[in-house]
Amino acid sequence: MAGSNPNAKPMNLTLKVWRQKNRNAQGGIVDYQVKDISPDMSFLEMLDVLNEDLLRQGEEPVAFDHDCREGICGSCNLFINGRAHGPEPGTTTCQLHMRKFNDGDTITIEPWRANAFPVNKDLSVDRSAFDRIIQAGGYISVNTGGTPDANEIPIPKDIADRAFEAATCIACGACVASCKNASAMLFVSAKVSQLALLPQGHVERKSRVENMVAQMDKEGFGACTNIGSCAAECPVGISLENIAILNREFLSAKATSNNLA
Amino acid sequence: MSWITKTFSSSIGRKIIMAVTGLFLCTFLVVHLVGNLQLFNADNGAAFNAYSEFMGHNPLIRTMEIVLVLGFGFHIYEGLALAAKNRAARGNQRYVVDHIEQNSSWHSRSMALLGSIVLFFLIVHLYNFFGSLRFTDVPRDANGNEDAYALVLAAFKDPLYVLLYVVGQVALLYHLLHGFSSAFQTLGLTHRKYTPAIKFIGYGFSIVVCAAFAAMPIYFYFFK
Repeated sequence: MAGSNPNAKPMNLTLKVWRQKNRNAQGGIVDYQVKDISPDMSFLEMLDVLNEDLLRQGEEPVAFDHDCREGICGSCNLFINGRAHGPEPGTTTCQLHMRKFNDGDTITIEPWRANAFPVNKDLSVDRSAFDRIIQAGGYISVNTGGTPDANEIPIPKDIADRAFEAATCIACGACVASCKNASAMLFVSAKVSQLALLPQGHVERKSRVENMVAQMDKEGFGACTNIGSCAAECPVGISLENIAILNREFLSAKATSNNLA
Repeated sequence: MSWITKTFSSSIGRKIIMAVTGLFLCTFLVVHLVGNLQLFNADNGAAFNAYSEFMGHNPLIRTMEIVLVLGFGFHIYEGLALAAKNRAARGNQRYVVDHIEQNSSWHSRSMALLGSIVLFFLIVHLYNFFGSLRFTDVPRDANGNEDAYALVLAAFKDPLYVLLYVVGQVALLYHLLHGFSSAFQTLGLTHRKYTPAIKFIGYGFSIVVCAAFAAMPIYFYFFK
């Protein structure tokens, strides 16, 4: 990553932005010009500049999701120049800086595209399907009461590390947005394998994978064809091996759970 | 038993059907290839005709033929149905700019297209040989076996058939380059201990099998 360059010249850009009034309206691409963009701005700050301009002109600003702006909340979901979160690997949109673009560039900005992620407005999509998948089984049961001793349950370091790697999923939905099948399996597999690896997750181990996969199918996500776009675009590097773990967990739960329905 | 139908109608269950039938069809490719290598025997087809006669009449083979038809049937049906379902999952509004080629390979994204080309090839191939041998009276060779070798000779005089067979094998090659290792991933058999070996074997298998099959029409067209 190039560092901040005090001599970098401000940029003028053409933005092609998806505008859509509401969930049922027909949307379309609208062209905007933004001027004097500092290369040190983040992509979202550049959009802030666009919205300030629009407000001054009395136009409706572009709706886009954002929250923490430091790569952990998973809100800033934009499909930039044909890639989820833009062309840089391992970043969310808020971590993408304008120095990655050149003066005079045209940038196309679209919302995530999936039947299960309907567009609320402009670039903002409804990702509550992910919440419903988590509600279906992405939790553990614990006893309330006194604080347990630290390290009371021994967990081997390599298992703890692998569970943590899966737990870094920020549920941004880039996997769904990048997958040609709009499949949510990388997301679901990260949650399932994280909890399946740890002893705390074993209470609901079988029902979890059965219920989460059922909810995933109900929401209308596609099936995985192992093309690997999801893992390539994942901002936190969730690996495809998690999907193999999900498949394994699913098969073994179906073969051994007491759920006959 | 509703848990069984639920399992195999879920997205993962349907992929498991694709993986299991796909790997089963790979074993069929091996059997088919080993038998067909006798086409290269310099005996004017005597060994090939004997093998063909055996395959057409042995009760065990005839039973496996039913399993094979089921394997093809499930693989083709689920493959096409899943492709349609997956395409619909993206929604009617596609991306205006989509650079998916920067994060995945063309052949991995084109399994349904490649599979459809292989299916077209398969239909013509069945018509050429299986159909004639099973449903028509074919002249017999000196040993009294049906002269399948003569059918092969006649078919591969036609450059259009040669071209179609080679194109069919190229499509199968790319289908297998993704499909072989993808099947293991679907079955949950991914691990750094053995996944590199599965990928290597998958590539080797695909190249050797498809090259050997493609060599047959080329050999007959140019050297027979």
